[in-house]
Amino acid sequence: MHSLWAIGLALLASSAQAALTDVTLDNGMRVIVHEDHRAPVMVSQVWYRAGAMDEFNGTTGVAHVLEHMMFKGTQKVPAGEFSKRIAAAGGRENAFTSRDYTAYFQQMQKDRLELSMQLEADRMANLVISDELFAKEIQVVMEERRLRTDDQPQSVVYERLMATAYQTHPYRRPIIGWMDDLENMTAQDARDWYARWYAPDNATLVVAGDVNADEVVAMAKRHFGALPARTLPPRKPQEEPAQIGTKRIVVKVPAQLPYLLMVWHAPTLKDWEKDTDPYALQILAGVLSGNDSARLQKSLVKTRQIAVNASAGYDAVTRGPGLFMVDATPAPGKSVALLEKSIRNEIARIQQDGISEAELARVKAQVIAADVYQRDSLFYQAMQLGEYVSVGLPPEALARRVDRLRAVTAEAVQAAAKQWLQDDRLSVAELDPQPLKPQKQRAAMPGVRHAN
Amino acid sequence: MPIKTFLVALLLGLPLSAQATPAIQHWETPQGARVLFVENHQLPMLDISVDFPAGSARDPSGKAGLAQLTHALLDQGAGGLSETAIAHRLADVGAVMAGNFDRDRAGVTLRTLSSAAEKDVAIDTLTRVLQRPDFPQAVVQREKQRLIAAIREAEADPGTVADKAFYRALYGTHPYAHDEAGEPAAIERLTRGDLQAFHRSHYSAPNTVISLVGDISRTEAEAIAVRLAAGLSRAAPVSALPKPVPAAVAAETRIPHPSAQSHVLVGAVGMSRNDPDFFPLFVGNYVLGGGGFDSRLLKAVRDQRGYAYSAYSYFIPMMEAGPFELGLQTKLEQTDDALAVARDTLRQFIAEGPSEAELIQAKANLTGGFPLRIDSNKKILEYLAVIGFYGLPLDYLDTWVDRVKVVDVTAVKQAFARRIDPDRLVTVVVGAGGAR
Repeated sequence: MHSLWAIGLALLASSAQAALTDVTLDNGMRVIVHEDHRAPVMVSQVWYRAGAMDEFNGTTGVAHVLEHMMFKGTQKVPAGEFSKRIAAAGGRENAFTSRDYTAYFQQMQKDRLELSMQLEADRMANLVISDELFAKEIQVVMEERRLRTDDQPQSVVYERLMATAYQTHPYRRPIIGWMDDLENMTAQDARDWYARWYAPDNATLVVAGDVNADEVVAMAKRHFGALPARTLPPRKPQEEPAQIGTKRIVVKVPAQLPYLLMVWHAPTLKDWEKDTDPYALQILAGVLSGNDSARLQKSLVKTRQIAVNASAGYDAVTRGPGLFMVDATPAPGKSVALLEKSIRNEIARIQQDGISEAELARVKAQVIAADVYQRDSLFYQAMQLGEYVSVGLPPEALARRVDRLRAVTAEAVQAAAKQWLQDDRLSVAELDPQPLKPQKQRAAMPGVRHAN
Repeated sequence: MPIKTFLVALLLGLPLSAQATPAIQHWETPQGARVLFVENHQLPMLDISVDFPAGSARDPSGKAGLAQLTHALLDQGAGGLSETAIAHRLADVGAVMAGNFDRDRAGVTLRTLSSAAEKDVAIDTLTRVLQRPDFPQAVVQREKQRLIAAIREAEADPGTVADKAFYRALYGTHPYAHDEAGEPAAIERLTRGDLQAFHRSHYSAPNTVISLVGDISRTEAEAIAVRLAAGLSRAAPVSALPKPVPAAVAAETRIPHPSAQSHVLVGAVGMSRNDPDFFPLFVGNYVLGGGGFDSRLLKAVRDQRGYAYSAYSYFIPMMEAGPFELGLQTKLEQTDDALAVARDTLRQFIAEGPSEAELIQAKANLTGGFPLRIDSNKKILEYLAVIGFYGLPLDYLDTWVDRVKVVDVTAVKQAFARRIDPDRLVTVVVGAGGAR
């Protein structure tokens, strides 16, 4: 039964992808249009292939700070006007910075795309970064860091473990930047970053929605076509040296419950037609925690009750070296050591005995259905296209993703688990909860910096 | 181009697209469940939401957490299927079941492919989960401990601590006062019998709202609705919640916390979902703190002073008057400065109301952005559930744009003056030693 409907849906999915237009303008800017006429709206996203991994020590966080400054005005569009004009047109807009890229988006009625292009083209080339506005905005970013990292125990664990698992690769640095770097960042750092990376030949425009692809391309030529290409700096590979033994850290922060995070170095998708392990690792993550009674939940949370939560995760679409992750919170009275041992046992079981055909079919059924469901979200479809292209994968890799996952065998999952989830590639972090009640004198919190 | 000219050009030059709102069909099943349905065959999938007045405001006295625990246990063994069988059956057909839970509402959503075999398994599973949860003794015990652990874990999060204290201060003895998750001591005492009784009295057919969007016919939607409602109890609709009483005097709570930031919340009892002032308050709040970079709060707190990453205000419209809440997070030593700026901004807005230009901008964004509110099955499903649960008129989406358009400065000013007294605000500050 499964194979039949799976094929039917796969056909359906690939026919939907046929609506894709992918062109490169003379100045090197890439334009991808996905027509979807379900609703009279569109989303427009500009993706720059510059993220936290392109930063240097001493100015960590500058990619994200620049993202903030991109809303602070150009010669023609004064500070605050960008957001005001998009809002007046009924638009929603925002931006996000990752390790791999920085992207800006507007969602609007379909007939307002031109406003979005006009404003994006302007700030691609004409941004003004004033000392005064920078001084305000860097305070905002530091507040963002306090909010999202410093005061979130599990975020602190994640940040510290990344800085441990990666020895040399820039993925060891937090996207938001180290607080000390933010405190010492200057407007010139942001200007340098902008001058280095913000150019049409480092950008991809993704438009999805109730639009005509030819018209979108023509419009993109009008607005972006005249911007000059720039010689982009060479990108060094910065290969992460192979890990040669388990690493462990303890993170002491105020919290109520302990927490465990385990990460193994793992490959990501580079040659989407030849690579097999990244697809097998995605299935493996699904077998471990893809449903409420997948292996980790069933064994650790439900049956043995040594955890209150447990999950596995893996991202195959990255520019840099990947990780396979497992995290868990121990049940009251259960130790982190026991939890770690039990997780390793679950992984060893797969390495030794493999997975069942039922488990494999279950994860594939979820993948195939999710591929249909995602078509309900225009934004998500554009987002996926932008991500693939920004990490250097062709849109075809996205269109054929389901086929490639369907081709994964139980043996391939077992082999990938054996090859990649080895102790020598593992880094482990344990959150050691410190009291929440303030002590007589306010102790400095290990792992959390204070600006005061 | 000066902004005013720009706005006028925009409003005249770019007419709104025809507001193609979804056609909502509505009926009642023989068992008394209300049904809302939007037929849409664009994608081979179906979304269902089933909602009950079984949120935390319905926790019996001394049993804070019962509603949440009952909701969490629905899919942990039902109708002869173990929790594992339920999870695997759904995953095997690619279906996704999820829960919604707040003070008013407990709901279950199901997303499934619309192909017959998959859809049938998914709906059969949903039916068992809603109608015949087993509440196995061992699972009840386990989930109690998990719920308590989640509550404890959240105690490290200053935002959660502030949120809980804010509702307590605002609602006193009203059922909205206690947190949705309940209280650990009360959860410890809950029994399987408590869950069964709560399920019988609250998850009943006359209490049910079923919303469906997607690739099925009206005939099939009717059959699904009957299938979902038929095995539910016939317990009478729940009675109305008491009316919250606004604070008589200003109150301020400061709670020590070892965080790098203070979390500041300021507010008052706001409006209900059916409030006649809904649109003036909603549109007005865009100018005050709902409109992102257009809002006075974000300009004053973030743009002009760099005090916070996030500064906002909103009304949470609930069955009875939900909170009006203004919030920000800032480093400890500038807490009181930021709080003063926020209060001044609020006070000035209530005294003067929005300017004409601000209101034009607010209405342009809200009306121009309306198509984005209904551009997916998921968003339409959420509207159906709200319309059905709160008894909003069926033409709610059809009239939405017009009702925003007619709001004027006077209406906003009067509506805010009726609701928010700047001298009787509730304030919560979580962070540091709580000292000034």
